[in-house]
Amino acid sequence: MSDPTPPDGEGAHAPDPSTNRQAYWKANLRYLAILLGIWFTVSYLCGIVFVEQLNAVTIPWTGFPLGFWFAQQGSIYVFVALIFVYVVLMNRLDAQHGVDEK
Amino acid sequence: MSVQTWTFIIVGLTFALYIGIAIWSRASSTKDFYVAGGGVSPLANGMATGADWMSAASFISMAGLISFMGYDGSVYLMGWTGGYVLLALLLAPYLRKFGKFTVPDFVGDRYYSQTARLVAVVCAIFVSFTYVAGQMRGVGVVFSRFLEVDITIGVLIGMAVVFFYAVLGGMKGITYTQVAQYVVLIFAYMVPAIFISLMVTDNPIPQLGFGGEVEPGVSLLQKLNGLHAELGFAEYTDGSKSMLDVFCITMALMVGTAGLPHVIIRFYTVPKVRDARISAGYALLCIAILYTTAPAVAAFARANLLDTVTDTPYAADAGTADRAAMPEWFRKYEDSGLLAWVDKNADGKVQYVAGAAFVGKPDFGDERGPVGQRMVLNPPTENENELYVDRDIMVLANPEIAGLPNWIIALVAAGALAAALSTAAGLLLVVSTAVSHDLLKRTLMPDISEKKELLAARIAAAFAVCIAGYFGINPPGFVAQVVAFAFGLAASTFFPAIILGIFSKRANREGVVAGMLAGLLFTGGYIVYFKFLGGSAEQWWFGISPEGIGTFGMLINFAVALGLGRFFPPPPEEVQAMVEEIRVPRGAGEAHTH
Repeated sequence: MSDPTPPDGEGAHAPDPSTNRQAYWKANLRYLAILLGIWFTVSYLCGIVFVEQLNAVTIPWTGFPLGFWFAQQGSIYVFVALIFVYVVLMNRLDAQHGVDEK
Repeated sequence: MSVQTWTFIIVGLTFALYIGIAIWSRASSTKDFYVAGGGVSPLANGMATGADWMSAASFISMAGLISFMGYDGSVYLMGWTGGYVLLALLLAPYLRKFGKFTVPDFVGDRYYSQTARLVAVVCAIFVSFTYVAGQMRGVGVVFSRFLEVDITIGVLIGMAVVFFYAVLGGMKGITYTQVAQYVVLIFAYMVPAIFISLMVTDNPIPQLGFGGEVEPGVSLLQKLNGLHAELGFAEYTDGSKSMLDVFCITMALMVGTAGLPHVIIRFYTVPKVRDARISAGYALLCIAILYTTAPAVAAFARANLLDTVTDTPYAADAGTADRAAMPEWFRKYEDSGLLAWVDKNADGKVQYVAGAAFVGKPDFGDERGPVGQRMVLNPPTENENELYVDRDIMVLANPEIAGLPNWIIALVAAGALAAALSTAAGLLLVVSTAVSHDLLKRTLMPDISEKKELLAARIAAAFAVCIAGYFGINPPGFVAQVVAFAFGLAASTFFPAIILGIFSKRANREGVVAGMLAGLLFTGGYIVYFKFLGGSAEQWWFGISPEGIGTFGMLINFAVALGLGRFFPPPPEEVQAMVEEIRVPRGAGEAHTH
């Protein structure tokens, strides 16, 4: 499993396995930073820190104050979406770097 | 048919189903027993994780808790869902690639240390037992309330069922039973929620009805805020905890969730790394259905309660043309002790305003009051509030408040049992695995045969069921207090150790063991001081409650692990190679034997 033969399949153009892995890891960390940034924003910023300012706004056609909605509904929807986005991004990244499972 | 007959039929059918599944999915190897053979489909694992995660507390108590806390209840909603994002992005794929059986396995191997493994084993057992006692108690309470059997008999029946499928089937039996339990519990939660949403807001989807209007131009939340202001409660959408405390509790619950062994272990059961990722998504989706419904149910129930009880004459024949008397369910739950009323101003009507009606939990005498109410012996308080409401009533009484047919009430009982049993089984497995695998196989008796290890796992599971049952029948008074412990400890021990193990190649044995111990002592000390040694809320550091202190414990753990680790040599070559290896998915499908 640690054998360094170049991976097969499309997108497999990794001349040096260790540089390839570093690039893969770096891209992964960038995705994590962005997705966790959103995770933090919807829950801790919108739902807690700025909840009062956002509560001044009511979501149109509903009775939800925006901050309260983020804290009890919106953040959870975003959490679910984040994981599915992550899955799509990572499956693509795995294939690009030829480290996906056969 | 009566509620009780329906309950016997529905609970009986679901139990038969669970046992049938257990026989069909018996474990024949340790791999079956620990990780269901590693061959569970991601969707099935997602549903099983959902059932594993949603306990009796989520099912019965959470909506009621939010109902009384309003905005402050958001800490549970965000805290117990947001942790899955951390789990999916930071832990699950890598631990699946690592591919052993347990959390102590990872900690022990990654930090090349038996001490680290032992610390992890002790924490895993402690966290799981803390949790499981509450579940068995939940089983007993549901049995006694719906089937009118003694709590002890209820716990014994629950033990027998869990014993059957956990001991026989191990992780394999538990997983497929949990899939069935998820279906039962989510159906049982949603049906009354949909009806009550229709009743209050004319919208069948609770998540939308939550933001709907109760009368033209007045939204449900505006109405609640208005009523709360009138009655002296904090505004429903505002809450009364400090922002920092809300922040810390949410963080501690999220990080604690991601560090709980019975949740993490589920991601070892899928075949591939990509399955582990998507399966975390399915798990959160399954959980989110209940967790976005709960706050809606909370608001509906709150509005219903305030509407129904405020200034309502208690006696059944005291109704007038413009003010109906108290409905029947009020007296029924008064009989079961979940409601209590003291008529302080002797007007025969219920006044419900902010403040406790009397000191402590209700202690009923044998006498009846002038209008037939049960009298409590507790000393009354100075304020004008006359009503005590147990928060569990919000979910349990919903079908009756909404006037739903008897079979739905029975369904709620089956759902609550499914939630309690599925969580209990998942936790018992962690305990038995910690003993047979981490303690016996990896520490004390490395040459134990596969067959003997499997036998040891079954015996350990059987023992764990009995101990859990004992605590269910004789609950130690501190069960409710120690839940903060489970999350706080998971947050301040496991989470940093695992994260560093994956994301830092430099993290070494000395730093991480010291970090875990520092987190453990700090968080444990703070909780023990404030929960058991009589520390008061004025002494909280920066106003942070014991529930939220795990956040600081985690930061201390990270700081110690990284700071102290610098003074010691980096991990050996082969450990660094292992970290390289778990960072890429390729190769996880291959057999990992030990």
